[in-house]
Amino acid sequence: MKIKFAMVACAAAVSVSAFAQTEIQWWHSMTSVNGEVVNDLAKNFNATQSAYKIVPTFKGNYTESFTAAVAAFRAGNAPHILQVFEVGTATMMASKGVTVPVGKIMKESGVKFDPSAYVSAVAGYYTAPNGEMLSFPFNSSTTVFYFNKDAFKAAGIATDKAPSTWPEVALAAAKLKATGHKCPLSIAWQGWTQLESFSAWHNVEFATKGNGMQGMDARMKVNSPLHVRHIENLANMAKQGLFVYKGRSNVPEASFISGECAMMTTSTGFYGNVKANAKFDWGLAPLPYYPDVPGAPQNTVIGGASLWVMAGKKADEYKGIAQFFNYLSQPDIQAATHQRTGYLPITTAAFQLTEKSGFYQKNPGTDVGVNQMIRKTTDKSRGIRLGNYVQIRTIEDEELEQVWNGKKTAKEALDSIVQRGNDLLERFEKANKS
Amino acid sequence: MEKRVVFRSSWLPWALLAPQVTVIAVFFFWPAGQAILQSVQQSDPFGTSVEWVGLENFRNLWNDPTYLASFYTTALFSVLVAGLGISISLVLAVFADRIVKGALVYKTLLIWPYAVAPAVAGVLWLFMLAPSVGVVSYWLRVLGVDWDPLLNGRHAMTMVVAAAVWKQISYNFLFFLAGLQSVPKSLIEAAAIDGARPWRRFWTIVFPLLSPTTFFLLVINIVYAFFDTFGIIDAATEGGPGKDTSILVYKVYYDGIKAMDLGSSAAQSVVLMVIVIALTVVQFRYVEKKVNY
Repeated sequence: MKIKFAMVACAAAVSVSAFAQTEIQWWHSMTSVNGEVVNDLAKNFNATQSAYKIVPTFKGNYTESFTAAVAAFRAGNAPHILQVFEVGTATMMASKGVTVPVGKIMKESGVKFDPSAYVSAVAGYYTAPNGEMLSFPFNSSTTVFYFNKDAFKAAGIATDKAPSTWPEVALAAAKLKATGHKCPLSIAWQGWTQLESFSAWHNVEFATKGNGMQGMDARMKVNSPLHVRHIENLANMAKQGLFVYKGRSNVPEASFISGECAMMTTSTGFYGNVKANAKFDWGLAPLPYYPDVPGAPQNTVIGGASLWVMAGKKADEYKGIAQFFNYLSQPDIQAATHQRTGYLPITTAAFQLTEKSGFYQKNPGTDVGVNQMIRKTTDKSRGIRLGNYVQIRTIEDEELEQVWNGKKTAKEALDSIVQRGNDLLERFEKANKS
Repeated sequence: MEKRVVFRSSWLPWALLAPQVTVIAVFFFWPAGQAILQSVQQSDPFGTSVEWVGLENFRNLWNDPTYLASFYTTALFSVLVAGLGISISLVLAVFADRIVKGALVYKTLLIWPYAVAPAVAGVLWLFMLAPSVGVVSYWLRVLGVDWDPLLNGRHAMTMVVAAAVWKQISYNFLFFLAGLQSVPKSLIEAAAIDGARPWRRFWTIVFPLLSPTTFFLLVINIVYAFFDTFGIIDAATEGGPGKDTSILVYKVYYDGIKAMDLGSSAAQSVVLMVIVIALTVVQFRYVEKKVNY
């Protein structure tokens, strides 16, 4: 019996060394088309070499996979690579000893790595103040404006050019309403599109300290006169039935696809869905702005997620991760991913490659998000990276809802966001000072 | 003379108790202890830096007006869920008890919802009551009601209460039905011969005899409304509009699981634990006196 067991053990050992492949676990939150892209990337990388095997696992939506990774880390079996959404970035950065900076892994593995090859508005978001890239930008999106061309035609509005400013949006909404349209404008991701991206787009601070990018002692600034003016404007539109509230996060998107709402601000990531499912002629345009604000339009901020490398793994495994990231950065791989998903290209070379291929001419609107991002950023527009950001997003939802239903004025709600947000920021700063 | 049975063995009673004690220790005392421990700490989600903060998590809660406001929301929600849940299922049980033909079908249908997961119940009601696509909201609009649970707090509360009550009716129904079936027929017949009408028979004979069941269900339903409803709220309203349906346990769930703020979440669950213990003591002290066993 003992001998038999020993033989089995030997056989097992031999078979392991015969396929001395290092497995690298990758937890992600991508579904449908984007989930297929993830599996294809892993499969194609595994086919290029035999030393490492990337194993992608779908772990639920961003919040669920994050919670799962926390539990796994505490139990000592975290994955090697974890996809974390942008609002979790500050939390990941502040958790010491949990992750290994991507810049360090690339350097130690001897892989040629040039951070300046990456689009600065994208990579900058995931880079520490000392210039080291902390996580690998994977799927980045930004805020854009969608409109229903058929509904515009029915209301007698020109469709060759989308309304580019908020006064023009209000005008178009009034015309739509006058011709009997029930929902001229709706807004998805209200906090992200109307406060966060809105701030960067108008080059005003969302929070101090470069929107939290330069330090944990950032404080909220969303009750500025411009913010109040914009939210008041939307509240008035809501009162007149020009803007109809359809829920939090991306829930309102369904009402654009169904044709119920004619205009919508939401993520570039919505592109694939509209393209596949909208049964009307539609257009994609830059986010509207206020033309009298100096410096507007600046650039919009990113959403989406990045890949974090967890600490406490073997040196060989880190080498494999470096090679995989190197593979993901190749312009042709990048360009293909960008064209399939609608997420932004993360390297300038990938953008140029896509442009040269004529993809943007064939698919009008796909370059809108890219053009909004590939600009010289300012300290006010580089990105927003705050602690306890998940809760701050919910506070934005809660307070804005009270503006839309008339319980609070724009000023009251924005003051409340600042006050409640600052409480959370102070606590985050205190919990993470060292 | 009182009849007492005494174990002769010194270890047997302990051995017989052990499984139950183990279950309670592992699934109740240990997590409760962890919650108390975490409530005086602040840590990052991964638990790499843990700091003792004493009562600061509790102080933060007390200084948060939205947290204090959610006590009122919770009270309203619990009273509605327990009150409606118990009375509707009592009515249903009384009717089902009278049915002679096809009783099994009715009973099965009434017990069915209990097998549905809370989140599914929330989504189910959300679909029926969603402003754009819901069947019920379409009917309401036909009737001239401007139904909008996304922005109207009362409508949102109605929606989550409906889902929570619907989910709990089966459980209450089962207990009431069992209670009704154990009411001696002779008592009711005697009352009928004395000339008492059904309504009077119910209130003077059946309902008092059901009072232990009703009391038990009151305790269970309050605990249910306090602890088990976060899945429904998360699926149906996410606590909105504003914080109008954000009850205490939903915030515990949100802060702990979604926002990974474990210290605050633990402090909130300790507060919740104290409230439910206090409520249960009050119920046993005062309400139970009115119960006839």
